[in-house]
Amino acid sequence: MHAGIIFFLVILGSVLFHIFTPWYWTDIASNWQGMDDTITLTFWVGGGVFVAVCLFMVYCVFRYSYKEGRKAEYKPEDKKLEKILTWATTLGVAALLAPGLIIWNQYVNVPKNALEVDVMAWQWGWQYRLPGEDGKLGTTKVTNINDENPFGINVDDPFGRDDILVQSDYINLENNKPVKILLRSVDVLHNWYVPQFRSKMDAVPGIVTFYWFEPNKVGEYEVLCAEYCGVGHYAMRGGVEVQSTENYNKWLSEQETFQDLIAKQEKLEFENKKIVKNNNFILNKDIYKEE
Amino acid sequence: MSDEYENKSSYQAQSSETISGTGSGVSPDMDYVRPAENPEQDLYHAHSFIEKWVFCQDAKVIGVQYFLTAVFTGVVGLILSWLMRLQLGFPGLAGFITAEHYYQFVTMHGMIMVVYFLTALFLGGFGNYLIPLMVGARDMVFPYVNMLSFWMFFVAVAVLMASFFVPGGPTGAGWTLYPPQTILEGTPGHGWGILLMLISLSLFVIGFTMGGLNYMITILQARTRGMTLMRMPLTVWGIFTATVLAMLAFPALLVSSIMMTLDKLLGTSFFMPTILKAGEVLEYGGGSPILFQHLFWFFGHPEVYIVALPAFGIVSDLISVHARKNIFGYRMMVWAIVGIGALSFFVWAHHMYVSGMNPWFGFFFASTTLIIAVPTAMKVYNWILTLWRGNIRINTVMLWCLGFIVTFVNGGITGIFLGNVSVDVPLSDTYFVVAHFHMVMGIAPLMVIMGAIYHWFPLVAGKMLDEKLGKWHFWTTFLGAYSIYFPMHYLGFIGVPRRYYEMYDSPYMTSGVGLNEFISTAAFIVGAAQLILVFNIVKTMKTGKKAEKNPWKANSLEWFTSTVPPEHGNFGERLPVVHRWPYDYNVPGAGEDYLPQTAAPSEVAHTEVEKT
Repeated sequence: MHAGIIFFLVILGSVLFHIFTPWYWTDIASNWQGMDDTITLTFWVGGGVFVAVCLFMVYCVFRYSYKEGRKAEYKPEDKKLEKILTWATTLGVAALLAPGLIIWNQYVNVPKNALEVDVMAWQWGWQYRLPGEDGKLGTTKVTNINDENPFGINVDDPFGRDDILVQSDYINLENNKPVKILLRSVDVLHNWYVPQFRSKMDAVPGIVTFYWFEPNKVGEYEVLCAEYCGVGHYAMRGGVEVQSTENYNKWLSEQETFQDLIAKQEKLEFENKKIVKNNNFILNKDIYKEE
Repeated sequence: MSDEYENKSSYQAQSSETISGTGSGVSPDMDYVRPAENPEQDLYHAHSFIEKWVFCQDAKVIGVQYFLTAVFTGVVGLILSWLMRLQLGFPGLAGFITAEHYYQFVTMHGMIMVVYFLTALFLGGFGNYLIPLMVGARDMVFPYVNMLSFWMFFVAVAVLMASFFVPGGPTGAGWTLYPPQTILEGTPGHGWGILLMLISLSLFVIGFTMGGLNYMITILQARTRGMTLMRMPLTVWGIFTATVLAMLAFPALLVSSIMMTLDKLLGTSFFMPTILKAGEVLEYGGGSPILFQHLFWFFGHPEVYIVALPAFGIVSDLISVHARKNIFGYRMMVWAIVGIGALSFFVWAHHMYVSGMNPWFGFFFASTTLIIAVPTAMKVYNWILTLWRGNIRINTVMLWCLGFIVTFVNGGITGIFLGNVSVDVPLSDTYFVVAHFHMVMGIAPLMVIMGAIYHWFPLVAGKMLDEKLGKWHFWTTFLGAYSIYFPMHYLGFIGVPRRYYEMYDSPYMTSGVGLNEFISTAAFIVGAAQLILVFNIVKTMKTGKKAEKNPWKANSLEWFTSTVPPEHGNFGERLPVVHRWPYDYNVPGAGEDYLPQTAAPSEVAHTEVEKT
């Protein structure tokens, strides 16, 4: 008897916890409402099954507890019942799978007008690159990366020259404009994850991965690394600010392009050369080799 | 030899010949069982203490050796989880837990619990002890190889534990060991630690292959007369299918371990692309980190079922015995076990929806994953339908079974969230995943292990464990574990990622602090509660009640050995002959509420046994 009561309270407690929990998902700030809806649907169907199965079990504990001399039923199989249960389960599972696949189809098909954002990850930090006026990102290579070319852009790729470089773990995005996140990593696995956007994908060294979302709520959000990447994993944070078009364009115009960076460095190099001449000391041999 | 057990049970293990013709005028033909095809196995009996208790060839002793070694690793895993929970619930309280240590604890806890604890316990422990007894064999078919299997496992555990003491400590790469970070600086234990882990895993696979061949061939070839496949207890079906899975899945782990060892030692690039580290380009190039993930999960997902299927089988038997009712839908249960086993090889990439593999895989793997929910659900229905209209003993064993049903259904349902590809996207890599797999493949199988301990202890030790202590043990463990993992799902909803040493002042975490403290406190209590079992065992061995033969009035052969505990060779002079499935409880017309597998039809001619 006691056992049945405690199991019943566990089931009841689980349902009440779910209803009254102060811990639930953060307010969504992207277009992936469908994911939340599928989760809610799965909660209803799955939660219903959980409660039904457990309550049936509790009922059996109350009703069929051991009594000396009682005969249990002897019925090894019930084909009809088994068939009904199989089909009902199959239908239920299909009903959950269908919306899941529909949304996945949206997730893997990126809208044409999405803004491509190159998210570059390393142990342990982020930086970002946006396409310039030509609307295209230049190609990159890990071996190109050095202090002068922090993104490893191929210098002879014309599309790369006007790329906008954000050498910070903090980036701004335009509200209501779809974004295609292009992920790359120079060392180990990482994952650029903002809980409010619901979406995520690993950054894998050697390949470029992607996902997309459309931010739809102005505000600041914390970026987390969601794939274990070594001892600094938990500290690998960043930030996103979703801004109105006006504010976003203002922010964008203040950012440096690859061209600007090269110019700045050439100026720096020129000054360095002077120093080198004066001191007869080569500060950075590699610069000359690369050029 | 305890003669007092003789003649106490109503049905002796005997062959049909001895009773044919003695039934009340029934034709002797109805008791016919096909004659044996193979001569009896010659057993090597131990001659010395070392042969009897150390390098022993008796599967029962090997089973206990596996059990104890696995439990030792489990205790290490438990202590590591305490340290992790200490850091998560009360950051900074234990100053010695640095981020490096934390990740080492996480990694070792995961690997120990999944491979060295659960797998070894179910297959090496329960498999060795129960298979020969349940199928009516004198021992495993290759006793010597079986002995080697345990000692290989023992060495694997020793190597694993040694990694705590090498320079740099054990690996902190996460139990999934994803390259490239696993073997690069920036991950704790990237030198000696990871090497020892890979060596230990390879040894484990080699040792396990020796054991696994034994389990499979014993079940296929050494069953006693009349023990058809469809008369085997579901425990044997579960262990058999899990062993087949292990034989097919572990090679993937072995090759990935070897390949990673080569990447680490010889500088090959199986899994290593071009990598820039601290401004230097490393001497790697062209490898694929995702290839490792495919290999790992091709092993890793069947691994989940390698743990789950024996648990399914055992719990089916425990429920049937203690509900005094036949397992409902036996054939469905067998095919569900086999079907789940087969399907488990087609779902591995559901661990990789956001890994960066071609996203179109998602459609396929989401579909296969949700299909596997159907046979799994059927098993759950059949368990509760077995309870229905039964005559249920609410004893400690049954409580663990009921606890299993609650936690397994809970964890199974959350599996539907994670298997459904787009629902997985927001939840993957968060505490929702941690809560899910601990519920479904940590707590649920643990409930079965505990139930099995209380159930078979009288057979192994000849004494009954104390019921009152058992109930305390159950309720603290069940309620405690449930209050650890049920609320933990909601941390995942907030967005708290797993494998975070600390969340600092993150906005996602501010509301979760209290919850984390609660979870940690519950974890300390549940861990400590396991001492009740230790105390119970010590007390029982000293002063406990002696178990009668077949104390649960069960039907399967392990309760019909010549002595309790069974001696080497299990069944005395003659092997038992099997006439029926092991689930004939409360058969209409039978005098007692159970009919052992050895009961010949002529003995119970007046019953209405359905053909099984």
